[in-house]
Amino acid sequence: MGTGIIVLASLYLLQRLLMPKYVSDVVEGALIAEYYGEEKDHDVIFIGDCEVYENFSPAVLWQDFGINSYIRGSAQQLIWQSYYLLEDTLRYEKPQAVIFNVLAMQYDEPQREAYNRMTLEGMRWSWSKVDAIRASMTQEEHLLDYVFPLLRYHSRWSELGVEDVRYMFDTPGVSHNGYYMRVDVKPAENVPEGRILADYRFGENAWTYLDKITALCRENEIRLILVKAPSLYPYWYDQWEEQIEEYAAQNDLLYINFLELVEETGLDFATDTYDAGLHLNLSGAEKITGYLGEVLRQEACLADRRGEEHLSRVWEDKTEAYEQEKERQYADLEKAGQ
Amino acid sequence: MLFTSYAFPAFIACLFLLYYLIPGRFQWKLLLAASYLFYFIAGPSWLLYILTTTVTVYFAALRIENMGLQQKSYLKTHKDQLSKEEKKAYKDRVKTGQWRWLLTCLLLNLGILAVVKYTNFAIFNVNGLLRAAGSEKQLDFWDIALPMGISFYTFQALGYLIDVYRGTVAAQQNPFKLALFVSFFPQLIQGPISRFGDLARSLYEEHAFDARRFCFGLERILWGYFKKLVIADRILTGVNTIIRDTETYRGAYVLVGMMFYALELYADFTGGIDITIGIAQAMGIGVKENFNRPYFSKSVKEYWRRWHITMGTWFTDYIFYPISVCKPMLRLSRFARARLGENIGKRIPVYLSSFAVWLATGIWHGASWNFVVWGLGNWVVLMISQELEPLYARFHSHFDVQGRGGYKLFQVLRTILVMSCLRTFDCYRDVPLTFRMFGTLFTEHNWHILWDGSLLNIGLGIVDYGVLLAGLSTLVAVSLLQRRGSIRERIAAKPYPARFLLWYGLFLAVLLAGAYGIGYDASQFIYNQF
Repeated sequence: MGTGIIVLASLYLLQRLLMPKYVSDVVEGALIAEYYGEEKDHDVIFIGDCEVYENFSPAVLWQDFGINSYIRGSAQQLIWQSYYLLEDTLRYEKPQAVIFNVLAMQYDEPQREAYNRMTLEGMRWSWSKVDAIRASMTQEEHLLDYVFPLLRYHSRWSELGVEDVRYMFDTPGVSHNGYYMRVDVKPAENVPEGRILADYRFGENAWTYLDKITALCRENEIRLILVKAPSLYPYWYDQWEEQIEEYAAQNDLLYINFLELVEETGLDFATDTYDAGLHLNLSGAEKITGYLGEVLRQEACLADRRGEEHLSRVWEDKTEAYEQEKERQYADLEKAGQ
Repeated sequence: MLFTSYAFPAFIACLFLLYYLIPGRFQWKLLLAASYLFYFIAGPSWLLYILTTTVTVYFAALRIENMGLQQKSYLKTHKDQLSKEEKKAYKDRVKTGQWRWLLTCLLLNLGILAVVKYTNFAIFNVNGLLRAAGSEKQLDFWDIALPMGISFYTFQALGYLIDVYRGTVAAQQNPFKLALFVSFFPQLIQGPISRFGDLARSLYEEHAFDARRFCFGLERILWGYFKKLVIADRILTGVNTIIRDTETYRGAYVLVGMMFYALELYADFTGGIDITIGIAQAMGIGVKENFNRPYFSKSVKEYWRRWHITMGTWFTDYIFYPISVCKPMLRLSRFARARLGENIGKRIPVYLSSFAVWLATGIWHGASWNFVVWGLGNWVVLMISQELEPLYARFHSHFDVQGRGGYKLFQVLRTILVMSCLRTFDCYRDVPLTFRMFGTLFTEHNWHILWDGSLLNIGLGIVDYGVLLAGLSTLVAVSLLQRRGSIRERIAAKPYPARFLLWYGLFLAVLLAGAYGIGYDASQFIYNQF
């Protein structure tokens, strides 16, 4: 009995030590887990890949519109992962609107283990997580590696750092309601054209999960809004646009393609992107979130909740952290001479 | 289901649990079911092959034994009516009948093995001949999968049949029991090649749970995984890098590849055998040892007595001796002695029989000329060693170095080097390439790669070398300690905290330093291919 406890406890500690902490390096891996520390009372939930967690700022939605929102997004989050994350979210709360970024429609099959890990490891255990893992695994992956991540990270002992010890049990937040802030600028110049594809139709699997997202929202009386963030790359083809427009029309869904709203949102790709058009920086994110807030107020009739005492207090702290992070990043930039 | 898959430990854990929960009389039946399930998971269609071998060997053995029994009974009842000549004629008739059954069954099963294993090799050679003759016609290769462990179970089953023919074991009357002997899953992948007389009793008898024996079995399994995952699969990256890029990795790299492959093969094969013997031991079944610290051998001859022992004895008992004493060979021996003198004449049958054994050993290992040359290379080295024995004796009579530590070390290192050189044929694509790469050892003059950091660019980093050094040191230490008796016995005598630390330390070493999972190309056991 005593031996069993020693073995289990030491294996647990080893697992905690060896798992990546995603604190200063690839912080995207920490985004999904942060949701569980939140009070679950959101009006809007974003689901999608980097085009949501880098391009929309929940802080702006709160400050300007009194909308309480959260982004459940992660790097290269595949559409079935978004579906299961939505399912997972609905175990805790029922938002009024869900915003799904449609770029993920481009993938019909599991892609890369590293991205799977960043999305799936942060999820709490539930059947949704099991289903998400099973839907996402590449050929080289095994469910058992997710159940016991020690099996996956067993060789990380050779690259352990101070952070691995310091954040063994608790990691600091890296996002602002799921938003990953970047204030630096790298203008979009010479954006490459999309390469010619053999087939522009979205895959069957992708459509199945879009249908499932739509059905899940309908069942739960949630307004589903499809968006295409204004990232210039990966290239968004006209043929893809047509398919999404048609789907939105058929299912009576609101679809906003921010690539077509550059003028209206005031986006300037010389100043509003930090990586030459792939993702927006804070300035760009605040601009398009401002536009989205108006749409949500008008189309989804979301009430302004800034009058709610408790929520206001929660957001006061969040806003402070948001502003501090902004200042820190600007100061770092200044120091770096940019 | 590979030994290194996650499913396998779960499979054996369930099996152990059931094995000791069910009544003892059902234990062998459970093992049979588990063995067939194991084989079915590996390849459902392969069951047909193993069933064919089992059924044909079962009936042939029964028939051979019955003929012998009938002979006994006939001679007993007619002992007064038959003359000596009639008895002899009757015995000859029976013997001929038994021989025909044996030969038919041998040819059928070796034929199956030959077809599935060597057809494409034959086509490859025919195509080569056609090309050489200027023909444009080429035969298509067969799309035929090699059933898992076919070389092992075929030899094991045929060994049993020959033993029945020789009258050294009684034929197994229960076909299901024979099926278990042929298919016993732990040794199906890579041996050992067990003899019916050694394995059958403990395989079929009832076993009550014995904590000490069970613990010994688990220790052996864990040690096997340590060798396989911590050493063999980690060093594999370096070996593959060197042998796959023959333009870059030449000269001293070939030597490094040779030595790394020697370590990989040893850790891989003995690790697999440890797992096999450990599983069997945990269930109370005694499987024969297949290795006896072969890298401590002082000569190639000794090495082959200590490496893959069950294969060596199989070839000796079922190929070497029968050929040595067959009538044509005896006639040849007499002829050679008369014409070439006693000294040469007595050697000819031995050398020819050995030639046959090593040719068969080479072919058994794989369907390629590499293995044929490797087998015959061993034969040449052994024959030269034998011929040089008088020279060694003269040397030792002049220099008293026998038994001295330094000389022993020299002999051990010499043996390892010779065996590693021969094993180069395992590594490279074909025989000419192997000779060319071996030749670069003497023409490239790039020995600086041994110390200038170049070895960090063959897919192994500092951490890998550190792990390998620790793993190999442990391996050598264990081998040295084994000379003074069973290590597990000594561990068992220690207090529980010390035992626990050892077990858990070994488990953590496998868990943390093992080369498995994503990022590692964990290989099948090398002998799985044979």
